[in-house]
Amino acid sequence: MRTVRKELSPGVFFNYIPAKKFKNGLLSVQLLMPISAETVAPGALLPAVLRRGTERCRDMRALSCALDLLYGAGLSYTVRKKGENQCFGFLMSFIDDQYALGGEKLLEPSADLLGEVLLRPATENGAFLPAYVDGEKDNLTDAIRSILDDKRDYADKRLIEEMCRGERYGIPRLGTEEAVAALDSAALYDFYQRILMTAHMELFYCGSAEQERVEDALRHGLRGLPHGERVEPTRSIRVAAPAQPRYLDETMDVTQGKLSLGFRAPAEDEHAMLLANLVFGGYSNSKLFLNVREKLSLCYYASSAYHRSKGIVTVSSGIEFADYQRAHDEILSQLKAVQAGDFEPRELDGAKSVLINAIRSREDSGMRMEENTLGQAATGLWEDEETLIADLQAVTPERVAAAAQSMALDTVYFLKGEGDAK
Amino acid sequence: MTKTEYPRIGETVLTETLPNGLRVVIVPKPGYRKRYAFFTTRYGGMDMRFKLDGVWHDTPAGIAHYLEHKMFDTEDGDAMQALSLNGAEPNAFTANSMTAYYFDCTEHFEENLRVLLSFVSVPYFTQESVDKERGIIAQEIRMTEDGPDWRVYKNLLACLYRSNPARVPIAGTVESIQEITPETLYACHKAFYAPSNMLLCVVGNVDADTVLSIANEVLPAEPGEPIERDYGAEEELSVFQKSMTFPMEIASPQFLVGFKCPAGDDDLFRQSLIGELACDILLGDSSPLFMRLYDEGLINGSFGGDFDQLPGVAYLFAGGECKEPEKVSQAIMDEAARLAREGVDETFYQQIRRANFGASLRSLGSFENIAVGMADGYFRGFDPYRFPEVYDSITKADIEAFLRENIVEERRAISMLVPKSEANA
Repeated sequence: MRTVRKELSPGVFFNYIPAKKFKNGLLSVQLLMPISAETVAPGALLPAVLRRGTERCRDMRALSCALDLLYGAGLSYTVRKKGENQCFGFLMSFIDDQYALGGEKLLEPSADLLGEVLLRPATENGAFLPAYVDGEKDNLTDAIRSILDDKRDYADKRLIEEMCRGERYGIPRLGTEEAVAALDSAALYDFYQRILMTAHMELFYCGSAEQERVEDALRHGLRGLPHGERVEPTRSIRVAAPAQPRYLDETMDVTQGKLSLGFRAPAEDEHAMLLANLVFGGYSNSKLFLNVREKLSLCYYASSAYHRSKGIVTVSSGIEFADYQRAHDEILSQLKAVQAGDFEPRELDGAKSVLINAIRSREDSGMRMEENTLGQAATGLWEDEETLIADLQAVTPERVAAAAQSMALDTVYFLKGEGDAK
Repeated sequence: MTKTEYPRIGETVLTETLPNGLRVVIVPKPGYRKRYAFFTTRYGGMDMRFKLDGVWHDTPAGIAHYLEHKMFDTEDGDAMQALSLNGAEPNAFTANSMTAYYFDCTEHFEENLRVLLSFVSVPYFTQESVDKERGIIAQEIRMTEDGPDWRVYKNLLACLYRSNPARVPIAGTVESIQEITPETLYACHKAFYAPSNMLLCVVGNVDADTVLSIANEVLPAEPGEPIERDYGAEEELSVFQKSMTFPMEIASPQFLVGFKCPAGDDDLFRQSLIGELACDILLGDSSPLFMRLYDEGLINGSFGGDFDQLPGVAYLFAGGECKEPEKVSQAIMDEAARLAREGVDETFYQQIRRANFGASLRSLGSFENIAVGMADGYFRGFDPYRFPEVYDSITKADIEAFLRENIVEERRAISMLVPKSEANA
């Protein structure tokens, strides 16, 4: 698939992916900035406040009605972490013009609405409406507290926080309750104006329209975007594991324990590391799945994830409290096996097939292409798909073992039930 | 194969019923690299009581889900591994009235399809393998039970319904799965995994004749016996229990309010689209009620609702995080009464209908949505791709009648979750 990437103005990039096969078009506008403790909370709050209302559509109902008239178009705000950058912005999905009942064009009004939400918010006395800011502060606070409701997510989040304490990567994506409480309408508006001038921007379109038409629509929608010195996305810093791993636990009234392990994985051979992670715990033929789950029935889930941009691997599992030590030991012994090259050719072949399948099928989803493009823009790691696939196919078992050997245990986090002795 | 064109949504569908009774649906997707196969049986968590060979069987809660887990075992290994070695990560789910097995892949589609059809149609269980699975499923049940979304939903159904099996958890309980044996699993497979009770849906760029010949070759020639199912007596429209409050380790209180609707058996598709439209008009993102409740801080972005149907079951529900569920629930009823009395604004009605048409169309971007929709429509007797015509046939009077009849006190139940810290205080 032919992707066009061009710089529309300094620090503002447009990614265009033509595709006639989809029923809908996808537009995205994203602002990127290095994660910092000072900016995560306003960065997470801002898109929610912008989504409340614009100059033309003053409240959520007016915005919803505008979306209804665009045939139920979806407009959502996103707050994401890509490497050590915070990315926030808006995604808009709308049906392809050919299905509009009256033959009307939907790309232009969609791009206008997207630009309006970003650049022409509802304001009062030169700041956001205090009611919107207060309401969204409450919602964001609830969202921060609700991370606790999904114990799996909560355990994974706690692991990263503890393991990467003092690094950008360990700063929570939505900020803290205290930081949110400290924000007000005027401060947020200042942040907004600064960020519009300084954040790196990525625009994205996937759909059936010609490039020129999309560019015109976006330029019109984003008219009035201020010019400024835009900061490039930051590259993640790799950190070594401590001499002795850190062990932490927390107690809660839950029926299932969550055991999460974090490893530093600084291997420079990242393609081999991608595969080492899959063989270890990244797919349904992996060592963790087959041994810890299937063979020993130690847990309902046990899987690993390679955070490539940061060079770390995390393992997350749900276990009976009493199985803590066995599960912990078994996970580490499976890692040793990968490091020793103790895996069958089929385990590696399966990992390659699954990964290559995922890469090839990406072009069937506008959302996945957007996610991938944003990730590449944030990390500066532009990879040609076919070159990547060819190199993955050439990775040897020795390269996989060598990459796995870079993994060193950093932190172990255990969420256990009340009254359970560990 | 029978070819049907749907010009209003730009789709073409090929269908055929094989001599063994299997329904095959192929949805061609030119330009896509991915190919997707979805093999499903009309059998789910609700099908606990059924008649096989003239005898009524009562099976334990959670057996359909247990069977789903064990189907991946084959005599010469594990089907999941066979598929993932080919780059196709297989998966499965058990719903209330459907169990499905599926994969997508860019390479080796035909080989993968053979594996899928074969492992789902050939059961292979041993006492040892069935016992071993119990620990894994018990963990899955515990994990589900810790999830607030699941809990608030399950409690709502248990309030709305007296005896319908929709009130029973799909995966059963840690206790109920203790009774499951290889024999009961074999009996359920025999009853429900016969080709005439199943559907194969393939989405993507495939050769239709090859799909048919693989299905003919791999699957049994016998269609199997028709199955009688028992979902209990038809229920009255009054609810079983008005409300339930459940303490959990959560940060914010949550609730779901539900309204029991007639289950109906004629034109289920039309009823479901009316229910969805009514829900959006009453409390959707662009409704006056949503705006008011949001501005008053009574609800947040997590608030939403929908209309759902299951065998013998139909209900409209809404909820989310909320500190004053009773107040929101009352506001919903008052608004429904107002709309029934004053009528729905015609312009607003047209706007919502247009939005729902667009949302239905956008959902066809997902192969899984397409396949689940095809299977659900076939099992329940309608064509899901006829949604533009069904929307045409609905008027705002239908919506007003729906609200007047259903959104009333006698049909309402409310399920609430409260944080443990508050419950103890």
